[in-house]
Amino acid sequence: MTTRVPRHVAVVGAGPAGLAAADAALGAGARVTLIDSAEQPGGQYHRMLPDAYDAAHPERLQHGWHAFDRRRRRVLAHPHCTWLPETTVWALERPAPEETGPPRLHLLRGPADGAGRTRHTLDPDALLLAVGAHDRVLPFPGWELPGVFTAGAAQALAKGERVVVGDHVTVAGSGPFLLPVAAALLEAGSRVSAVLEANPPSTVARGWSRRPWELAAQAGKTGELAIYTSALLRHRVPYRTGRTVIEARGDGRVEEVVSARLRPDWSVVPGSEHTTAADALCVTHGFSPQLELPLAAGCALRTTAAGPFVDTDDDQRTSRPEVYAAGEITGIAGAPAARAEGAVAGWIAGGGDPAAPAVRRLRRSRDQGRAFAERLARAHPIGAAWPGWLRPETVICRCEETDYASLCRAACDPAGASPRVAKLATRAGLGPCQARVCGPTVAELHTRLSGDPADGLPVAGPHRRPIAQPIRLGELAAPPEPLPHHAPRTPPKKESSS
Amino acid sequence: MYGTRVTVLGAGIVGAACARELAQAGFDVTVVDRGGAAAATTSHGEGNVLVSDKGPGPELQLAQLSRRLWPEVLAAIAEGSARGAEAAAAVEWEPKGGIVVATTEAGARELSAFAAAQRTASVRADVLDADALADAEPFVTRDHTAALHYPDDAQVQPAAAATALLADALATGATLRTGCEVLGALTRGGRLTGIHTTAGRLGTDLCINAAGPWSGDLAARLGAPVDVRPRRGDVLVTTPLPPTVFHKVYDADYVGAVGSSSEDLQTSAVVESTRAGSVLLGSSRRRVGFDDRLRPDVLSAVAAKALRLFPGLAGVPVMRAYGGFRPYVPDHLPVIGPDPRLPGLWHVSGHEGAGIGLSVGTARLVRHLMLGRPTEIDPAPFRVDRPAVLNAAAHPGSEETV
Repeated sequence: MTTRVPRHVAVVGAGPAGLAAADAALGAGARVTLIDSAEQPGGQYHRMLPDAYDAAHPERLQHGWHAFDRRRRRVLAHPHCTWLPETTVWALERPAPEETGPPRLHLLRGPADGAGRTRHTLDPDALLLAVGAHDRVLPFPGWELPGVFTAGAAQALAKGERVVVGDHVTVAGSGPFLLPVAAALLEAGSRVSAVLEANPPSTVARGWSRRPWELAAQAGKTGELAIYTSALLRHRVPYRTGRTVIEARGDGRVEEVVSARLRPDWSVVPGSEHTTAADALCVTHGFSPQLELPLAAGCALRTTAAGPFVDTDDDQRTSRPEVYAAGEITGIAGAPAARAEGAVAGWIAGGGDPAAPAVRRLRRSRDQGRAFAERLARAHPIGAAWPGWLRPETVICRCEETDYASLCRAACDPAGASPRVAKLATRAGLGPCQARVCGPTVAELHTRLSGDPADGLPVAGPHRRPIAQPIRLGELAAPPEPLPHHAPRTPPKKESSS
Repeated sequence: MYGTRVTVLGAGIVGAACARELAQAGFDVTVVDRGGAAAATTSHGEGNVLVSDKGPGPELQLAQLSRRLWPEVLAAIAEGSARGAEAAAAVEWEPKGGIVVATTEAGARELSAFAAAQRTASVRADVLDADALADAEPFVTRDHTAALHYPDDAQVQPAAAATALLADALATGATLRTGCEVLGALTRGGRLTGIHTTAGRLGTDLCINAAGPWSGDLAARLGAPVDVRPRRGDVLVTTPLPPTVFHKVYDADYVGAVGSSSEDLQTSAVVESTRAGSVLLGSSRRRVGFDDRLRPDVLSAVAAKALRLFPGLAGVPVMRAYGGFRPYVPDHLPVIGPDPRLPGLWHVSGHEGAGIGLSVGTARLVRHLMLGRPTEIDPAPFRVDRPAVLNAAAHPGSEETV
């Protein structure tokens, strides 16, 4: 008699998508290694759309928490699951072209600031990427001043640490994330002066009102918006549309902000500038998917109005064999869609039957989430004329302090206009954050200024980071150690992992 | 030569340097590149301008000529215009000198014999005792057997160097066509009369193949194959540090790795800092075609070798890595000159890992050869019709191209 050796699925990212994926893969009979850089599963769960709405709404939060907590306990206690907290994937090594299968994972285990991190490799049968997204913020004069926060960071401070970021806080940018951020700040005791949505009411309304049947499928989301709006009303916080902060000023930190009225394309209406006192400013212009690992795996991207995302088929397969993607890296669609995507991906990656009725339901739920995401993107686009508020001396790359004038000079020199050469010349994106903050912005500005010049081989995309996470020289020089519970390609031991 | 049309295929540093020299000589120069200028091999290297790694011979002569020309060329670019001054400053010319460290007794013996030979060819190579080494590089390993200081080694920011050379060529009248791929040669009566490109036909009197590691492929498309192949290298970049590494410091194995022909991985430590404070760590050599997959075992070997020289860097984070392809010729000499099989075609390639440093000397040599003038060094060792270069030439001669 032969026993079927279960498939081994490595899931990277333990947020809503990754945890659902691990759960589904285990349900399909697979062995799972769940990897996250944090100590606990959850990801940026509380900061992500649209569960972000839940954050300031205790009973919803509790409800979400209970479901999440049940799943977390079930996955972590499962005898076929190995949970690797505080573990980063610093590189993916693609197989030779003639070989099939997913890339080899190169891991670092241990606290990021600790000295004792160890290096490991992992060769699963399938790789499932659920690494999420981070805040996108457009630059403006003064955005490098202390006191200017990404909305996500401000919300994390408010919710995680109960930090009062300021007594005169302006929240500005675009997207429904503005509202829960403002609500979280209010809850933590900050005073919010105003919430400014850059898009005019006509754009927002057009996005939200088209194809109402899609919205019906995401029942409750509009109601949640109303709850936040009433929180703002209760605190007498004005919510203005068609207006944004075009400058932050201050001596060493934010002291005042200049807002202005915007046309639908985000060009500034002259004479509409208004200066208000502020000791903190929270800004968000949506989210950027974390694409370095998908790109390192060789996954094809699809270009959307909201930027590039990992291209997947109906079963969450990417263009690479045995590499799956779920969650925000496939589109910014919020936690429910991420969970559905994760569950589909995990089930299929784990060897589950693609025709199972439960999977059909999950696919439907995922598709509704994606439709919702498209609606969000339509309601809260980034206006094409936003660079109008930049000045020559405006810092674009905060790590390297590259200003807008330097980018313009590099882009307009035909001898040095290729993106890689311009990057080396201006140093934009070469600093410690490795272009995670400024990369998409620099790429967009460079294309506009130079008319999309020819690039090198390989193309210097803003998300290309062969070393996905910093690794110390000593860690890199040491040979990889075996991972506990990972005898290669053998059935799992009967023991639970912590 | 006024009016003679020269098409330079490849806008890397060698093509840029040639374009500049030839435009100054009065040729009507067009630079064509499949991608963007300086975007491939040129911007994936370390920017070496070295004499220390070369033994007596033609390549050292080319290196010495280039080392003499670099400050002159940059000064001339800077004096040309305000834009030129900016471009020249961005090159970050740094005559910082090189230090070669041996860590074994055998390595020490080889290094001192190598240096003795170099001195007969007028290379300055000064012995550093332990104290002098500690003064020059306080963080280098104490565990060494010999160290030499080469005051003439220098460094540039390679992409900026190519940009400065190319911008100066354009200011002198050259034109640049990027995103334009060469498909084949146009010939008449056995002579090259133009090229067929993705942007249409381009008539020319002379054509220079300066496509670096792609020179072999390009030469085959033009019907005159040469044996130039890619040899991959990888560089690690650390987060910015306070001043830690003051020269270009490498281990004595480097010379052996450069000179080897093995397809297998060769690594040797090359450590240097950049103006931005990052430390660059090389080097590796592998012949894997154009396979650009990341190989963590290679990066690990590079890190281990670098730590042997600078053990104190163990806690420093690497924040990025990049790899590139060097144009490799089996006999390790550049290919510079006309192709006797197809009149009108020249090859200027095969500088392997030394193309940044050798570019300006190479371009000066090409200029004098094209003008029929006496050259400063003997060009014969670099000629195209030598066995190492033509071995790949299964089908010498050209094909008529429509």
